[in-house]
Amino acid sequence: MFTLKDLTVEEYVLPGNAACPGCASALSMRIALKVLGPRTIVTIPASCTSVMQGYYPKSPSRVPFLNTAFASTAASASGIVAALEIKGRHGINVVGWAGDGGTADIGIQGLSGAAERNENFIYICYDNEAYMNTGTQRSSATPRGAVTTTTVTGKAERKKDVPAIMIAHNMPYVATACAAYPLDFAEKLRKAMTIKGLKYIHLLSPCPPGWRFPAEKTVEVGKLAVTTGAWILYEWTDGKYTLTGPSRGLTEKSRRRPLKDYLILQGRFGKLSEDDAKVLQEDVDLQWDKFNRRLRESAEAPK
Amino acid sequence: MILTGNHAVSYGVKAARTEVVAAYPITPQTQIIEKLAELIAKGEMNARYIRVESEHSAMTACISAEACGARTFTATSSHGLAYMSEMVFWAGLGRFPVTMAVVTRTLAPPWSIWNEHTDILAQRDSGWVMMMCESAQEAYDTAIQAFRIAEDERVLQPVMYGLDAFSLSHTAENVDLLDQEAVDGYLPRLDPSKLPVYIDPDRPITFGNLLGPDRMMEFRHLIKEAFERARRVIDETAAEYSKIAGRPQTGLFENYRCSDAEVVVVATGASSGDVKEAVDSLRDKGVKAGMIRLKTIRPFPGEEIREVIGGVKVIATIDRDYSFGFGGILGRELSAYLKGNVFRYIAGLGGRDLTVEDFEDIINDALRRAEGRRGDVEEVWWGLKEVE
Repeated sequence: MFTLKDLTVEEYVLPGNAACPGCASALSMRIALKVLGPRTIVTIPASCTSVMQGYYPKSPSRVPFLNTAFASTAASASGIVAALEIKGRHGINVVGWAGDGGTADIGIQGLSGAAERNENFIYICYDNEAYMNTGTQRSSATPRGAVTTTTVTGKAERKKDVPAIMIAHNMPYVATACAAYPLDFAEKLRKAMTIKGLKYIHLLSPCPPGWRFPAEKTVEVGKLAVTTGAWILYEWTDGKYTLTGPSRGLTEKSRRRPLKDYLILQGRFGKLSEDDAKVLQEDVDLQWDKFNRRLRESAEAPK
Repeated sequence: MILTGNHAVSYGVKAARTEVVAAYPITPQTQIIEKLAELIAKGEMNARYIRVESEHSAMTACISAEACGARTFTATSSHGLAYMSEMVFWAGLGRFPVTMAVVTRTLAPPWSIWNEHTDILAQRDSGWVMMMCESAQEAYDTAIQAFRIAEDERVLQPVMYGLDAFSLSHTAENVDLLDQEAVDGYLPRLDPSKLPVYIDPDRPITFGNLLGPDRMMEFRHLIKEAFERARRVIDETAAEYSKIAGRPQTGLFENYRCSDAEVVVVATGASSGDVKEAVDSLRDKGVKAGMIRLKTIRPFPGEEIREVIGGVKVIATIDRDYSFGFGGILGRELSAYLKGNVFRYIAGLGGRDLTVEDFEDIINDALRRAEGRRGDVEEVWWGLKEVE
């Protein structure tokens, strides 16, 4: 397992970025680049991270960032990989770093194409569950019940399960992570770096202004997302599911904290009635029932 | 070698030692990318071929590969180009010297696979050098020259070149291919350190982060200056290519029998050969006709053309394209540079056939309309039928 000692003291995200206070994606980018190291190229579509970088001619990082258009992350990474291969440049990590809108919505076609071709790069979706850069409009990754500027009474539909969609591509590695568990995220990245083909990591990234909680509660909210079971930490590789981090102990409902503990900290769920909250709790329970079935089936399946 | 216009492009792209091809199929472009896939699979061409899921991804992959120092190419047509458009602008405004063949085709609805130039001309403000080919030979030659122009340090902008659907893309003719050694001498390998954007972990930069209103105009002005320099580069590139090919080449535009002309027709693309025949035929009948063939559309050679035909009494422009609420795009653009009788003909939209006789009739029509009506500007939809 990855420990704090394994994280280099080198900083690759430079100080003075333009992220909001308490931004989980900026924090995760810092961790990610410490794991990936200086031999890395990151391609970034329109997203909070395009703003986080700040203004030209300043540069936010010590590794090259190639900004690209909203739908373009996976195709951009594919082009980088092809160029490095034909140029005979080995040992460079290619990373796509996109938000949930750029992944679950506008970028899913390009991502699906790259996954089917099994292009050799790491795709990280930092999921703050709405279009936060443009002011909190709903995305297909917004959870049911959340108020956004385009779902003013709360979103009616469930969150799109992008990791499951990626698993359906039979790619070599799919994992979920949460910004509140940086070592779990780091461990998954380290593993992804050793695998050839497309590696997909879906990183839940709590957003203080968008989710409406105080900036100092980012880690607390992220931890509650996991300990209530709303967000499951797992890996999928070679057809096998493995729970990681605190999610390992949460297969039974009795071990999970009530979802209410997670909801109550966030203004975006402020309009929920008791009944609404019950429905969301049922969603979490059903999600775990489904996940437990997947765990069992993958454990029983012949390798 | 007997090649279609499409395959001529493929062989030009191969001769240019293209390193990354990213492409998505669309009629009538498919032959270009099929032949490239075959050449790469057989090991006759050392390149990576990315079989992307859309044209948007094709251009994205080309831009990103180019940013990492690889020579890149894609091809598309019509709806593919429209779908790609966001990234076409990204390549132009980001100064990535990608090259692209566009087999010009009508945009739907209603569905049509036939020839029209509106698709390529709709991209005219995207920061790409734009050309139109007359023949399969010129398609081969242009595929090679496009890289020289795009990668020239004075330009460093992407280049697209059009081939008329079917009449050029699928018409086979004898094409003279150059020796690889000659092409290598003409087109040196891309030096990534000269690219405006080179993404390399050894020299980390950030490309494309936010730019405020205090600097954007200056960035755009750099591109404007590159396009001004491109005029000379395009003519030089053509002249130097003609030395290795032993065949004359056209840079900005072709002047066909204009020196003493009293009526000049301006056209572009594959029907230019028929227009020249019409000019010859009229000359035989005593009409002093001439033709300007637009090879390059961006940078637009308006001033250069004015120097040649500024004093000509009657000019007929032929557009196989249309900008609604404005007119034929090339005719309108050229009119901005010319005084006097410019008659703008809209002809062959949606792939309607145009013959040598049509072009003769168009020139005669312009002469008739010009009689006693100086300074008039008119638009004629050639051969328009009654709507039932």
